[in-house]
Amino acid sequence: MRVRIQYSKQGLLKFIGHLDMMRCFQKLLRRADVDVTFSEGYSPHMVMSYAFPLGVGMTSDSEYVDVDLNRAYSSRELVSLLNEAAPEGLHVLDAREVPLGKGNKGMTLVARADYTLSFRPGHEWDSSVQEAFRSWVKQPVIYAVKKGKKGEKEVDIAPFLYEAVISPEPKRVCGIADEEPEFRKGDLFLSLSAGSGTNIRPDLVMDTFAKDRGLLPDPYRFMINRDEVYADLGGERPGSDRFVPLIGLGTTME
Amino acid sequence: MNQKSASSYKLALPEEILLQVEKPERYLGNELNVVRKDKSTIDIRFCMAFPDVYEIGMSHLGIQILYSMFNRRTDTWCERVYSPWADLDHIMRRKKIPLFALESQDPVKVFDFLGITLQYELCYTNVLQLLDLAGIPLHAKERLDAPLGSMPIVIGGGPCAYNPEPIADFFDLFYIGEGETVYDELLDLYKACRKAGTSRREFLYRAGQIEGIYAPAFYTPVYHDDGTLASFSPDPAYPGLPRRIRKQAVANLDEAPYIDKPIVPYMRVTQDRVVLEVMRGCIRGCRFCQAGMIYRPNRHKSAEVLKKQANQLLRESGQDEISLSSLSTSDYPCLPELVNYLIGQYGQRQVNISLPSLRIDAFSLDVMSKVQDVSKSSLTFAPEAGSQRLRNVINKGLTEEDILHGAGEAFKGGWNKVKLYFMLGQPTETEEDRKDIAHLAEKIAEEYYEIPKEERNGKCSISISTSFFVPKPFTPFQWAVMYDPGDYLGFASTVNHEVKDMKNHKSIRYNWHEAYVTVLEGLLARGDRRVGAAIEEAYRQGALFDAWSEYWDWDRWVSAMEKTGVDLAFYTRRQRTEDELLPWDFIDCGVTKKFLLDEWHRALDGIVTPNCRENCNACGAMKYKCGICYDEVDGKKVLRI
Repeated sequence: MRVRIQYSKQGLLKFIGHLDMMRCFQKLLRRADVDVTFSEGYSPHMVMSYAFPLGVGMTSDSEYVDVDLNRAYSSRELVSLLNEAAPEGLHVLDAREVPLGKGNKGMTLVARADYTLSFRPGHEWDSSVQEAFRSWVKQPVIYAVKKGKKGEKEVDIAPFLYEAVISPEPKRVCGIADEEPEFRKGDLFLSLSAGSGTNIRPDLVMDTFAKDRGLLPDPYRFMINRDEVYADLGGERPGSDRFVPLIGLGTTME
Repeated sequence: MNQKSASSYKLALPEEILLQVEKPERYLGNELNVVRKDKSTIDIRFCMAFPDVYEIGMSHLGIQILYSMFNRRTDTWCERVYSPWADLDHIMRRKKIPLFALESQDPVKVFDFLGITLQYELCYTNVLQLLDLAGIPLHAKERLDAPLGSMPIVIGGGPCAYNPEPIADFFDLFYIGEGETVYDELLDLYKACRKAGTSRREFLYRAGQIEGIYAPAFYTPVYHDDGTLASFSPDPAYPGLPRRIRKQAVANLDEAPYIDKPIVPYMRVTQDRVVLEVMRGCIRGCRFCQAGMIYRPNRHKSAEVLKKQANQLLRESGQDEISLSSLSTSDYPCLPELVNYLIGQYGQRQVNISLPSLRIDAFSLDVMSKVQDVSKSSLTFAPEAGSQRLRNVINKGLTEEDILHGAGEAFKGGWNKVKLYFMLGQPTETEEDRKDIAHLAEKIAEEYYEIPKEERNGKCSISISTSFFVPKPFTPFQWAVMYDPGDYLGFASTVNHEVKDMKNHKSIRYNWHEAYVTVLEGLLARGDRRVGAAIEEAYRQGALFDAWSEYWDWDRWVSAMEKTGVDLAFYTRRQRTEDELLPWDFIDCGVTKKFLLDEWHRALDGIVTPNCRENCNACGAMKYKCGICYDEVDGKKVLRI
C-alpha cells in the first residue's frame, strides 16, 4: 500500500538541503521501525518519492512524501510512531493511503503552492514600497527572467501568480486534530503555480519586483515559509475547489 | 536532555552568515541525539574538539565514546566543536565572532575544558586556529597564572599525544592513552579545585600527578651541543611529578563505556554509518605501524556485548550501515558468529555490514559476497611492500602466495577490481623492491586473465596506491632515516615506469601521494619541543588545513622553518643513534624501548616476528594484565615466556 505522509519542516531544518532531508527521513522510518517496502535488485532502496523539494533557507508547514508499506497501519498509529522518533524541527502531521500508479504520485500532482513571507528584522519595506507592490502585482503582464537548465529566458509570470496579499490575515498552521492550533502571521502571502508544469518560486517573484522597482538586491530580505501544496483537479469536481491540498487526495486509515 | 524542547536557543551565527557559507549544517548542533543540558545544573563544561572540518571530525569514533561517557555524569556537559571551514574562518575573524561549541552555541572560552583529539600531525595548525578563534592565548605559559575557570584547560589526546613535544607549548595537559580510565579522576579533581579556589597552576600540578596525565609546563628538555636531547625531567620545584608518564589502557572492553546514542549528522560525513568497535590493539606487530604498538595489548569484546551494542546503535540512529571496526578485524576471534548474527538480524532490513581491514580468505570472501555487491565492490590488499624480502623487513605477514591465492579466489567469485596499498621509502628498500610493486600487480592481473574468457567479468582493474613512509615514535622504525622530497618522487617514478612496462599495464593504474607533505609529517611526528615555534610561525603565515591539498603550501613551511631556525634535515634525514634520548622516551607506552630496538635489529636482518597469538615476544604490554597476554588460544594460554 502507498501512504502519503505530510510533515512540517521548521526551525534549524531550514538549513538542511533536500538530499539530506531524504536521508533523514529514511533514518526516521528505520528508527520508527515502520515496515517499508524495498525495491528489488542488488542494492534495494526504500520505495518513496517526495512531492516537491524545498529550497535551503525555507521552512514549511506541509511537506509530502509517498512511501510504500508492506503492512497496514492506522493513520494515528503511523503518525505517532514517526513523531516518537522524529528529530527536532520535523513534525509528522498526517498519513493517508493514496492510490498506486504514476498519475497519483505527489510529484506528478503538484500544481500550486502557498507561501508566507516575513521580513527579516531590519530589512522591512517602507509603506511606499508596499503600495508599489500592490499595484505591481495587478499588472496584466509581468516579465521575469527564469533560470532554467537551458539558460535564462523571459516569461510572463502574471498568469501564474494566483494571489499576492500584503499583511494577510493570520493563518491557521496545519496541525493534527488533538493539538492546539497555531497561527502564523506573515508580512506577505503568495500563492503560485508550482510543480512540473510552471514552477514559480517565491524568490523569483520578489526579485523581479525588486528589480522593476529599482531596489538593491537583498537575498536576506524575507524568511519564506511554504504553507501548503495543492493538486489541480480542474473540472473533475464541479462546484468544489479546483485546488486540493495533496493530503486531501488520500483516505484516512482506520 | 529533551532535545525537542530545546529549539529556542540562540544560534551563534546569524542566518545571513549561515546562508552564505558552504554547508551550514556543520555549525548548527541540531543533529539527532545531541545532548543538551540545563547549564545551571552543571559543574563542568567540556568541549571536545576535532581539529579538522566537521565531516571528518564527525566520523571519529573516539569522540563519540567520550561524548557518551562524559554526558553520563550529571555534573558534566560535554559538547563538540570542529574547525570552521576556511570560508567561515574568514568571516569569524572579520566579524570577531568567537569560536562556539555546537550544542549550546556558547563561546568555547567559557568552558572548563577544551579537549583536542590529535589524530594526525597535519592538523597542528588547526589546533592553533581553534585556540585563536576561541580567544585563548596560544601559549600555555600565558595561561598558567590565569584564574582557574577563567578560560578552558586545554588538553590533548589521541595517537599524536604519544609524542606531544612539538605542540607541548600550546597545551596545558595531555592525556596519554585511552580516555575511559582516568578522566573521571581528572574531572573530580577539577571540581574540587574550583570549589576550594585553587590556582590554575596548582590544579595543573596536581593533575600532572594523576597516572597518564602529562603537564608539559613542569618538564624541561635540555639539549646537547649537537642538538640532541641531553635530559628531560620534571622541575624539582614540583615534587611528585612522574619522570615517565604511563599510558592508560582499558582492562576490560566489555565493561568500558560505549556510545549510548550515536549522533546522526544531517549532512553526508566520511563515516556515514554506525561504528561497532570489536577490538582494540593488534596482534600483528607490523614494524612501521604506530597503532599496532601503542594500543597493545590486543583486547576484544565478547560477541554477546557486541550484539547488544549493534542493536542499540542501529535502533537509536536509524543508520543503514554498520561497520565492524578494529585495526585488523579478521583477527577478531568471534567474527563468524557476530557477522552471521548481524546478517540474520538485519539482512531483511537492508542494513549493510561493512568490514574494513579484512584479510582476504575463504571466510571473508564468503561474508563479503553476502553483504556487498560483488560487481561494484573492490578487494583491498595492503602488502605495503612489493617484495617478500621487504615484507619480512617490515614484518607484514602477508605472502605473495596469500595475495595471489586470495585474488584468484575472489576473481572466481566474480570480483574484478583490486586495490593495492604500498609504502615507498622504507628502511633497506632498494630499486628492485620498488619494481616488485609493479611485478606483483602484473601477477595479479595474470591470475585474472587465466580464468577462461567466458567465465570472467570483462577486464580487471588493479589500482596501486603508494604513500611515502613516515617513521613514527614507538615503532621499531623510530630510528629510521627519511629521504628528501625529490628522492620520494624518484621512487614513485621507478614504480610508474615499471608499471608501464608490464604486459597487462592497461589493467593497472598507479597513483602516489604528495612528497612534501610526507616530509612535513616526518618533522612533526619525531620533532621535539623546539619544533613548536615553526608550527606557530607557519600558522601565522597562513598555514591551515595542511591535510587538504587545496590549502597545502610547502613554501609557507619552508619560510617558517627558516625564520625559527628549525633544521628539517636534523629531524628527518639524520640517523638517530640507538642510545639517543628520544623526545618521547618519557612516555611509557607499555612496549619497551628494548623490544623496539630488538625489532629494529630483526628488521635490518629481515627476520619475521610471530604475532601475539602464535607466540609472546615479551614486548612489555603484559604489565597491563589483560587482553591477548592472558587469553587462551586453542585451550592454551599464549603466555610462553
